[in-house]
Amino acid sequence: MTGSVPTGPSGIDNWPESTGNTETLACPDCDLLQVVPELPPGAKAGCARCGRTLVTQMADPIERPLALSIAALLVLILANTAPLMGLSVVGQQADTTIVGGSWEMWRQGQELTAVVVAFCAVFAPAAYLLCTLAVLLAARRPPAPRWVGELLRWAEAMQPWSMVEVMMLGILVALIKIAELATVEPDVGMYAVGVLMLLIPAIQSSFDPEAIWQRVTWADDGSLPADGAVQAVGTPDPRSAP
Amino acid sequence: MTTTTLTAARAGLVSCGTCGLLAQQVSRAAPGHCPRCGARLASRRRGSLETTWALVIAAAICYIPANLLPVLGTTTLGSTAYDTIMGGVVFLYTSGSWPLALIVLIASVMVPLGKLLALVYLLITVQRGSIAGNRERTRLYHLVEFIGRWSMLDVFVDTFTVALVQLSPLMSVQPGAGVVFFAAVVVLTMIAAASFDPRLIWDADTTTEPDVA
Repeated sequence: MTGSVPTGPSGIDNWPESTGNTETLACPDCDLLQVVPELPPGAKAGCARCGRTLVTQMADPIERPLALSIAALLVLILANTAPLMGLSVVGQQADTTIVGGSWEMWRQGQELTAVVVAFCAVFAPAAYLLCTLAVLLAARRPPAPRWVGELLRWAEAMQPWSMVEVMMLGILVALIKIAELATVEPDVGMYAVGVLMLLIPAIQSSFDPEAIWQRVTWADDGSLPADGAVQAVGTPDPRSAP
Repeated sequence: MTTTTLTAARAGLVSCGTCGLLAQQVSRAAPGHCPRCGARLASRRRGSLETTWALVIAAAICYIPANLLPVLGTTTLGSTAYDTIMGGVVFLYTSGSWPLALIVLIASVMVPLGKLLALVYLLITVQRGSIAGNRERTRLYHLVEFIGRWSMLDVFVDTFTVALVQLSPLMSVQPGAGVVFFAAVVVLTMIAAASFDPRLIWDADTTTEPDVA
């Protein structure tokens, strides 16, 4: 179910009081202020001006991505330890892992490229999965401590750099190129990368950062002087709760 | 009826860039910190246009050696042949796998160039205060963000080819000097896209009525 939400009023004076059922927010793409009504599970609300999805109400924002990230972490270990593919030509044998590929680039004088490959193929996916797992585990029992917000920020920073699906296509193209010269055999590691390529987008599409933020203890605990403190608008502020 | 569109910036509010909380800023000069996640608030990403321009220009400079220098060298029984990115595409095409040649051509040649052109177009239209095709330009921005990572394809292909084909003296493959420039183009354009603020596209547009479709 997808629908547009009603737009905000044209003046701040008649701004509706935020209740538990609605949320006021600004579109991250075009900055339009709008009131989002409470949505049924599985529904989405789009920005009235630019069409960007503002809110997605996930049916199960914690347990489902949690199960998927545990599975993905196990597959990630397999993908990084098992050989990706083996090669044999006139009696000579060779195979490689992901880290082995990066190491060979380093050994051949391409240190910077080796670092970029290791970051996008190993470090970023591992950091993304570990941070997501820790965030989800801690968010199961709200209120979640403040470090959960910090780790969520890390997970979101790592996400664009985690390039498992690009690497998978890269492995396939390399495999077909080398097949012209020698006999190549796909190995366990390559199948693990293939499974990981499906699990990571599945985590992303069932994960809802807003559901986590709603469970995190607020950074400003209300101890700041009133004249310098930033006030929340349109979202129930737990600091002002009795 | 035409109404003035009320954005958070015009209402003196700030949407937190990290957690999305809408907050009342302390002042326009120093908006303060987000009460929920503690991040520094900013109505628009600081120095967005300058940072994006700098990264786009740096990427455009790296794009030249990335395409002219070889990315792979194949040594067969003592003689070495060097391949550029385009050379790799031609090799895939002549060896009969034209679908792969097309994928590599799109990911390695057309996507990086298209990304640079799209970012330059977005920067120029924002600086000229254009209000035409805001929705389309926002969509173009998200397309640039989404496809950017796929240019890393050739770097992975080269890495795994080098790692596997080490059968000296029979045959061995070495990386060429072009790989690092190619990786630099991808990384620089990804950071450039992340530092561009799509809200700048909409800031010149003050009078359009939101169309409730």
